[in-house]
Amino acid sequence: MNVAPRASAPLETAAVVAGLVRAYGERRVLDHVDLHIARGEFVALIGRSGCGKTTLLRALAGLDSIQGGRIEAPRTPAVIFQEHRLLPWKSLWQNVALGLGEPGARDRASAALEEVGLGDRLDDWPRTLSGGQAQRVALARALVREPTLLLLDEPFAALDALTRIQMHRLIKRLVAKHRPGVLLVTHDVDEAINLADRILIMRGGGLARDLAVTRPIDAADLRAELLSELGVGVETD
Amino acid sequence: MTILVGEMGASSSPRSGRRANRSPVPEITGERREHLLFLLSWISPLILVVLWEAASRTGVLSAHVLPPPSGVVFTAWKQAVGGTLFRDLFTSLARAMLGFLIGGGIGFALGTLVGFSLLFGALIDRSVQMLRTIPFLALLPLVIVWFGVGEAQKVFMVSLGVMFPIYINTVLGIRQVDPKLIELGRVCGLGRTRMIREIVLPGALPSLLTGVRYSLATAWLALVVAETIGASAGIGYLALDAREFLRTDVVVLTIVIYAGIGILADSTARWLERRLLDWHPSYAREARR
Repeated sequence: MNVAPRASAPLETAAVVAGLVRAYGERRVLDHVDLHIARGEFVALIGRSGCGKTTLLRALAGLDSIQGGRIEAPRTPAVIFQEHRLLPWKSLWQNVALGLGEPGARDRASAALEEVGLGDRLDDWPRTLSGGQAQRVALARALVREPTLLLLDEPFAALDALTRIQMHRLIKRLVAKHRPGVLLVTHDVDEAINLADRILIMRGGGLARDLAVTRPIDAADLRAELLSELGVGVETD
Repeated sequence: MTILVGEMGASSSPRSGRRANRSPVPEITGERREHLLFLLSWISPLILVVLWEAASRTGVLSAHVLPPPSGVVFTAWKQAVGGTLFRDLFTSLARAMLGFLIGGGIGFALGTLVGFSLLFGALIDRSVQMLRTIPFLALLPLVIVWFGVGEAQKVFMVSLGVMFPIYINTVLGIRQVDPKLIELGRVCGLGRTRMIREIVLPGALPSLLTGVRYSLATAWLALVVAETIGASAGIGYLALDAREFLRTDVVVLTIVIYAGIGILADSTARWLERRLLDWHPSYAREARR
């Protein structure tokens, strides 16, 4: 795989958003949002339900039209959704290879499935998978495209707690290896702290805070700060 | 819905432990019980045939009303060896096949157009839905006026019966494809042709096959009716000819043949479903049973 040299990677841009406006009729869901994501950078976007975080991700993915501003992003970024969205009528490797050019598609898909630990199930149907396994195939389908921008729309929300921990580890490892710029949309503060280099808080159609996560971190302090930003105060007895 | 299916599955399981404990008589369990039930399901129709034979032999049932089953088997043998049974069977099957291909082709083409394009939907769909409410067999007198009682009339009737179920299920199948999967196709950079080939058509396939199965039944029904009115060959002609001479044994034979081919058509459709829908969670469950 073509991995950019580590030293130069942080300088490369994965995506730029400037003055982005997205409106449904009169209501502005995104109101002049600015955002820069570098390659190799893991950005988490948190906010309460309906604050517009998924809307921002969909705009970046090129799935929705925008009413103002500018987006610079790869034409086809890799996206992982909350549901795995595997095609039930295609075997696992065919799902991973969806939309790839013909020569060597199976080999590339096979290598990607190997990376997520499903290398021995190339020809199985998606119906035979558990929720966590299916999401791993979705991860392989995203990474096989060698994306410079990886968009994650609450991909762990539907998984059980233990599977989620495994997925966190896996995605950390694979992102470190392939170094795409990552935007993770989540409502889970702990997930954001665990995975991200930078945490953005979205409120009222704009980015309210931009916090760098410098490790080692004081997770408890950061957690309390994020929760209070989200309007969930820490309880005191 | 899901829960209901789960419960049904559990209660029909022959190894259900709770049921066995509640029963005062030691219950036969497992594979043996399944075998016995299977055997029993064949014994009752067999008894019916034996009763029928007995009634005919003792003269309770006149041979002119209903010939004995053994007589029908004998007639079948005679017709196959010396008569025109195979020629008639072939003629009927060819008519059904041709009608199915024409009607199915038109239904699929129109269904695809309407499924994909709102414009075509607006142009075509209402007219087709209105025509669909006509019981197509009622058109037979009109079709005879148009085509006479030749091959065209029979093939046309079959086509008509096949077209509507295929059309409706094609439209339904295409429209019901999960928009989330279409969106995924866009994210993966699929163009229009590949989107249709890799996502829309496979997604529409279960519904399409339901249409095929249903239309095979209508095709057969259409053929029986069309053939019974004026024909010089075919199973229907055989029945018609036999009626003239009060040969009820031949008439019953044709009925049995119609039934047999109906069963064959249905099991072909089921076989297609099992093969093509191996990936489908509910069809796969049915196949494992």
